[in-house]
Amino acid sequence: MAIDKHTGMVEKRGAGLWLTHLGLIIGVLFIFFPIWLAFVASTVQQADIVRPPMPLLPGGHFLENYGKALTSGINAPVATMLFNSAVMALGISLGKIVISLLSAFAIVYFRFPGRTLFFWLIFLTLMLPVEVRIVPTYEVAANFGMLNSYSGLIFPLIASATATFLFRQFFMTVPDELAEAARVDGARPMRFFFDILLPMSRTNIAALFVILFIYGWNQYLWPLLITTDPSMNTIVMGIKQMFPSGDDLADWPVIMATSILAMIPPVAVVIGMQKLFIRGLVDSEK
Amino acid sequence: MEKRVTFKGLWLPLLLVAPQLAITAVFFFYPAGQAIWQSLFIPDPFGLSMQWVGLGNFEYLLSDKYYRASFVTTAVFSILVTVVSMGVALYLAVLADRLIKGSGTYRTLLIWPYAVAPAVAGVLWLFMFNTRVGVVTWYLGLLGYDWNHVLNENEAMGLVVIASAWGRISYNFLFFLAGLQAIPKSVIEAAAIDGARFWTRFRTIVFPLLSPTTFFLLVVNIVYAFFETFGVIHTITSGGPQQATTILVYKVYSDGFVSQDLGSSAAQSVILLVIVGALTIFQFKFIERRVHY
Repeated sequence: MAIDKHTGMVEKRGAGLWLTHLGLIIGVLFIFFPIWLAFVASTVQQADIVRPPMPLLPGGHFLENYGKALTSGINAPVATMLFNSAVMALGISLGKIVISLLSAFAIVYFRFPGRTLFFWLIFLTLMLPVEVRIVPTYEVAANFGMLNSYSGLIFPLIASATATFLFRQFFMTVPDELAEAARVDGARPMRFFFDILLPMSRTNIAALFVILFIYGWNQYLWPLLITTDPSMNTIVMGIKQMFPSGDDLADWPVIMATSILAMIPPVAVVIGMQKLFIRGLVDSEK
Repeated sequence: MEKRVTFKGLWLPLLLVAPQLAITAVFFFYPAGQAIWQSLFIPDPFGLSMQWVGLGNFEYLLSDKYYRASFVTTAVFSILVTVVSMGVALYLAVLADRLIKGSGTYRTLLIWPYAVAPAVAGVLWLFMFNTRVGVVTWYLGLLGYDWNHVLNENEAMGLVVIASAWGRISYNFLFFLAGLQAIPKSVIEAAAIDGARFWTRFRTIVFPLLSPTTFFLLVVNIVYAFFETFGVIHTITSGGPQQATTILVYKVYSDGFVSQDLGSSAAQSVILLVIVGALTIFQFKFIERRVHY
């Protein structure tokens, strides 16, 4: 192995470099293939699909299929489901960020009775995903009359403390001098919160928003239980409802157009805010 | 860790924690308490009264062959999902790490399936392997292989494993690549000067140095396979054929909502609760290691 002063000696050059690229390209193709196929299926007619093999290149029915999905869909127009998903995802991410910022501020900057107890109570919520307590949580939502409502889609999923922990950790790193100065200036706590703490937390809030938006958008089991009315379905859970029961043939072009539409918002968020996304991912696993 | 400087006040902090406390109490502690309470009763079919059975629901569950089978299914499923997604991700990360230029491009191309919901991933893979119209099914047929995950239990398991592992590769790739890039190049080059070939270097230096990342991902992926793959299973197999893909979380759902067997479903929730608790404690220990490493 020749040593080149411009590159390290363990990186690949020549044939090895091409093999490395080849291996990565195969990986990328494996990742892309299911989505490519879904896209192709969303641009052809049902007749092209039911006589396998289906074409591997897009057809000319893009507008027709997407138009049909968005305006009429199968049980409910996909445009309605997209709107429901957006409300749910934004409600969960913004709601969680707001209540977590407030409680983290209280835990870090105040000494109040029950503070330790409160801290441990929310710590416990880290341990129990909604999937585990679905039956009783469903009963609570039903008793509150939250079935088929946005509040039913949003509130039960806000009840977890990941964000509180993140903000707590971040607030601990904020220099004490800032709070000291604010206190000397006679600034009230909420003034300090809004004028100093909140602007400093901008990046953390944005990173967390990316992760929570994807989490909210991709929820499946909870909307499946809580929305029986098709006009309240979210898009991710609504796709499964588009399959006919029994032996009837599914309307694949419309279903695949819906699948593509369901992917676009979260994928756009990940690609558009890649740096924040990676930061949020690493932060939320600490 | 405590702040040196704090503000004075009693009502303000209580007001600040009130929203979170209220939501957690109503949608978390009350339901979790209910799950534990209900697991000790059998409700009558009309839901009018409850009969105390103590640990009867648990005894019944643990002797139920379907429940025990579901444990085995969950174990097989989680191990396969973890091994497949971590294996592919490590392979791709090692390749991307060898590039001087362009690893960022591959990262962009590889991370976005993270954003695809498990349920949508399920529909995509179901479409490819559909018994009537699936492209892959059709090409397998040409090769003389008759794919039918609706009837064949192993094929059903294989399909839900691939569909679950597929979207997870992004996440693992990201962490593996970061782990690999954190290993000082000088260590690896020193070994190369000593004549160690790629595979030897990987086995004796890179992989051991990567072990904190690997342990961390192991736990996170098992938690993912346990709890977040419901969408994949519900869209592709609905737990079938013959419960071959009924993992524990799916069984809580099907016993609780489809069969309305509330006592048993609650007891299953409690058992899952214990499992998550154990995994979380395990995870915190490893994160401790990760920080000190």
